[in-house]
Amino acid sequence: MMTRYLQITPLLLVLGLFFIGPILIISIVSFWDYNEFSLIPDFVWTNYQELFGSQVTYTIYLNTFKFTLLTWLCTFLIGFSVAYFLAFHVRSLSWQMALFLLCTVPFLTSNIIRMIAWIPVLGRHGLVNSGLQTAGIIDQPLDWLLYSDFAVVLAFVHLYTLFMVVPIFNSMMRIDRSLIEAAYDAGASGWQTLWQIILPLCKPGIAIGSIFVITLVMGDFVTVQTMSGGQSASVGVAMNNKRALLQYPAAAADAMVLLVTVLIIVALLMRAVNIRKEL
Amino acid sequence: MSKQDKSIHSPEPSPANHSRRKFLKTGGAIAAGVAAASGGFPMIWAQNIKNVTLRQFGTGVSNINAIAEQVKKDLGFTLEMTALDTDTTAQRVVTQPRSFDIADIEYFTVKKVWGSGNLQPFDVSKLKYYDKIVGIFKDGKLTPTSKIAQGTAPHTVGFVDSPTSKTFAKGETNWYTLVPTIYNADTLGIRPDLIKRPIESWTELLNSEFKGKASILNISSIGIMDAAMVCEAMGAITYGDKGNMTKKEIDQTMKIFTEAKKDGQFRAFWKSFDESVNLMSSGEVVIQSMWSPAVTKVKSMGIPCVYQPLKEGYRSWGGGLGLSRNLSGLELEAAYEYINWYLSGWVGGLLMRQGYYSAAPETSKLFMSDDEWGFWFEGKPAQNDIIDPFGNKLESAGAVRDGGSFYDRMGAVACWNSVMDENRYMVRKWNEFIAA
Repeated sequence: MMTRYLQITPLLLVLGLFFIGPILIISIVSFWDYNEFSLIPDFVWTNYQELFGSQVTYTIYLNTFKFTLLTWLCTFLIGFSVAYFLAFHVRSLSWQMALFLLCTVPFLTSNIIRMIAWIPVLGRHGLVNSGLQTAGIIDQPLDWLLYSDFAVVLAFVHLYTLFMVVPIFNSMMRIDRSLIEAAYDAGASGWQTLWQIILPLCKPGIAIGSIFVITLVMGDFVTVQTMSGGQSASVGVAMNNKRALLQYPAAAADAMVLLVTVLIIVALLMRAVNIRKEL
Repeated sequence: MSKQDKSIHSPEPSPANHSRRKFLKTGGAIAAGVAAASGGFPMIWAQNIKNVTLRQFGTGVSNINAIAEQVKKDLGFTLEMTALDTDTTAQRVVTQPRSFDIADIEYFTVKKVWGSGNLQPFDVSKLKYYDKIVGIFKDGKLTPTSKIAQGTAPHTVGFVDSPTSKTFAKGETNWYTLVPTIYNADTLGIRPDLIKRPIESWTELLNSEFKGKASILNISSIGIMDAAMVCEAMGAITYGDKGNMTKKEIDQTMKIFTEAKKDGQFRAFWKSFDESVNLMSSGEVVIQSMWSPAVTKVKSMGIPCVYQPLKEGYRSWGGGLGLSRNLSGLELEAAYEYINWYLSGWVGGLLMRQGYYSAAPETSKLFMSDDEWGFWFEGKPAQNDIIDPFGNKLESAGAVRDGGSFYDRMGAVACWNSVMDENRYMVRKWNEFIAA
């Protein structure tokens, strides 16, 4: 009995110190009061009242959900296709590994750099616009390429597609190839095999990838800030603004609401797909 | 506001810096904490002042390593510099009082941070160059006839009645909250090559001619002022005091700007110096709120950019050095020595040659060539190329500073950066505008 407790102690300590502890502190601070220059320990609901009482909160959440949904859709479509190609079209294992590693190469650079690199490409006088103009396709530069919701989603997709590729690829590699042969023998078309065999068997991978992408996008502030030119807001941006203005309790309340929202989404995903069972 | 006993500091621990110096200081810190300020404790006077290390943080503009190097050369002790942004600086002063000895902060944030009690005022009688400091930082007047601008004018938060006072004094006293170091007058930056016509008023920021090509800075306390300058110039709103707006005035201002935003007037909002430079140099934006050195940076890239003087006047800002409440004994002496050196001219020259103004311009003159002084301070045409302290060419011979002389520019200040009584409301409204 004693050894069992001792065995779980290290994990418990790490989780308690770096995960449960901070969250507890944030939830406590979210009930504190504050003024311009200090936090006042208290138990008030004002932070939550101001949050739920403001129209902006709903606009921001709606905006964040929009970014999340679009990003999820794009990363899923691209991630699934890339994983499918790697798993089923590339025959040799060494090529699979080589191409898979190639996918991860951009991730060796900082994600800020990968994001900012888009700015000179999409700008009014950037590569895309000057290319299109030289080719005579457009007369006026396309303004919506940069500092727009399009730019935000584009950057998100670029940043996070790998998080979809990896778990889906992993799921696909576990699929027993004889199942596909059996489907083929039973007269299923390519689409039917994809839809009725591969997709259902990839569900755990898709769910894991979705959790990554959704949590990353929901909590982001740098990408939204930079790619929208500060013109769009997300939950993270609003929270960061409050933090910068020393309004820690208000930011903490924001964080708690976001945490609960994301947990609900993850719980719904877990209900739809039993990751544990199918891993 | 004696909330000190009730308030607590940030939950994040201050960096554990167990240096020898810190160890020596701990005794003093504890004594000061227990005896609440006036505590005398045995000083290690035998220790040479050269062993002192002062930790300074503040906004990037004046936290230049060249200053630390010169301090080592001229005074012998070590100055550690950390460059932060305006908000973070204020935040650290309030939440991590042990993490600094000297804070380089902006005047409008003094109103926010002084109440924390983490800063101690300067004893004016120990400031060697006090009489050389310009009137803006004393009675508020640049010249005896000047009118005092709206907003948090530095002199209104410049003095306290006693070393422990948490409220500001009405006039000059012996206790100086900050020693002013750097200030400037801000206006709109424009791309004359893309606009191709004279710009004379703040109203141009919302002119539909520049739809999708305008920008404003997204730092609420400063952005709201630029917005107010525009609304007032348009004749849309008459403000009692732009630096201290009523809720109604804030609502009206944000309504005008929100409509403009929805119409697509703005290309982007910027938060950092570099963002503003990129927006301008790439031509994404042709008219925007800007800071003087950002304009200079764009120009030095060979791209035409003008820091356009406007008929309604400038929005001005100033910064100064504040002393940590924890400083005492030898370190406090060193801090005074540093401040006196700061005002003696070398730093002033360094700042003025980048386009800022020194609090004691007279002393800076000794560290500038006649041509540099003529160009930067007197608004005269440059005789030779103007080179900044880091060796970059900023202007060619014959160029004249945008806005002219010191008295032309600082004399036309319409408003100072400020913190309003309705600050919390304003911040909320500003965030709504950004999210709109």
